[in-house]
Amino acid sequence: MCLSIPSKIKSIDSEMNTCIVDTMGVERGASLDLIDQDVVVGDYVLLHIGFAMNKIDEEDAMESLKVYREIIDKMEEEDRLAAIAESENCPNR
Amino acid sequence: MNDELELKDLYDGFRDADTIKAFAKIIEEDAKKLGKTINIMEVCGGHTHTIMKYGIPQLLPDNINFIHGPGCPVCIMPKERIDSAYILSLQEDVILVTLGDMIKVPGSKGSLQDARAKGADVRFVYSPLDCIKIAKENPSKKVIFFAIGFETTTPMTCSLLEAVVKQEINNVYFHINHVTVPEVMKELIDSRDEHVDSYNNRIDAFLGPSHVSVISGSKIYEQFPEHYKRPVVVAGFEPVDVMQAISMLVKQFIENRCELEIEYKRLVSYDGNKRAQEMMDKYFKKVMFKWRGLGNIPTSGLELKDEYNKYNAKEIYKDVLPIEEIEDHKLCICGDILRGIANPPDCTVFGTACKPTKPIGSCMVSSEGACAAYYKYGNLLK
Repeated sequence: MCLSIPSKIKSIDSEMNTCIVDTMGVERGASLDLIDQDVVVGDYVLLHIGFAMNKIDEEDAMESLKVYREIIDKMEEEDRLAAIAESENCPNR
Repeated sequence: MNDELELKDLYDGFRDADTIKAFAKIIEEDAKKLGKTINIMEVCGGHTHTIMKYGIPQLLPDNINFIHGPGCPVCIMPKERIDSAYILSLQEDVILVTLGDMIKVPGSKGSLQDARAKGADVRFVYSPLDCIKIAKENPSKKVIFFAIGFETTTPMTCSLLEAVVKQEINNVYFHINHVTVPEVMKELIDSRDEHVDSYNNRIDAFLGPSHVSVISGSKIYEQFPEHYKRPVVVAGFEPVDVMQAISMLVKQFIENRCELEIEYKRLVSYDGNKRAQEMMDKYFKKVMFKWRGLGNIPTSGLELKDEYNKYNAKEIYKDVLPIEEIEDHKLCICGDILRGIANPPDCTVFGTACKPTKPIGSCMVSSEGACAAYYKYGNLLK
């Protein structure tokens, strides 16, 4: 019910206040009645029961993805250092 | 990753297995410092679904527990209201329109699927605005929109009403069954009824709903950290969102903080979608709502304001709609599950007399209900 989906605006019909969005390759129409920000073609929106609910903040999305990448990199680095430390302690070395 | 966002990042990036594992590791380390068990209620059924689908309980240490909340619009619908939909659909010249999730929910007389088998014209639409097309194509019929959902779907109903008023369409009516989240969260913490002492609830923290918050803003949860001393983190629906939000909650506990935070910043702000909120204020007033499994909760429901009575199917069809209350099934413990004092497998009819194909209680009704999620993905539990 509530599992809305991120979609990309492909075209806007400003007279009808509707848009065509791409949801992972599927194109469909959506109403822009609830959008309280300016939207342009290429923006990402959250689609729910035929309505664009809100614009997706690209900067925040990118920031989150960057933070995740950093966390993973840090863990991989810790694993690598742990492996080196282990091999240095290895009696058969 | 390029510095430009692509649609697939919004899917894959927040479902990435390595990121989920990384958060599992962080949470495991942090949870050792907790010194106690914390019970996190995910209010929203969408989160329940994600938690079960991705086996998140399995990835978490033993001292982090989930309590599955009442946030599924279909699950919380009392039988009386489903009976109303059923009765309305069988009235002369009526086309009953609703959202797909409602099809198999049983009332005391049957589901809308059963009404259809009896010849009722029941239609499930992708968008509430589809009602306009149906109404124009069927000028001699009365199109009744059976509106369901939390703050997430309420503005869409408003948008339909606005279009109906503006375009002077005279054959669209509304049966409103919208409910609001903060009131039920409060009820779960501080109510007391003859059945359950909610003061003994185990809820230590809340995972705030994703898309309700897109509309309402995180401000609606402010009272929970401030007044009830329960931290809230508003989380997105993807598994990485849920893991990050849990990590944020655990950090609050170990740092002795109790705050309202937003994990789902790419869509949720403190103020939310103001246009949607204005539309809700324009058309709706707050009323008592009887929740399936939980009973009457004051001001937790929405109803059309009196000036829109000529669109209100409850007024127009008041002579045929049910007024008596119907008790929940005696063996069903959905109320206890929603209040966080029992788990689905604790129920004697779980998976036996009560299954998704023939649900007895609310939590088995839709795929977002706690019982349905346990039934489908329960083998992932440790």
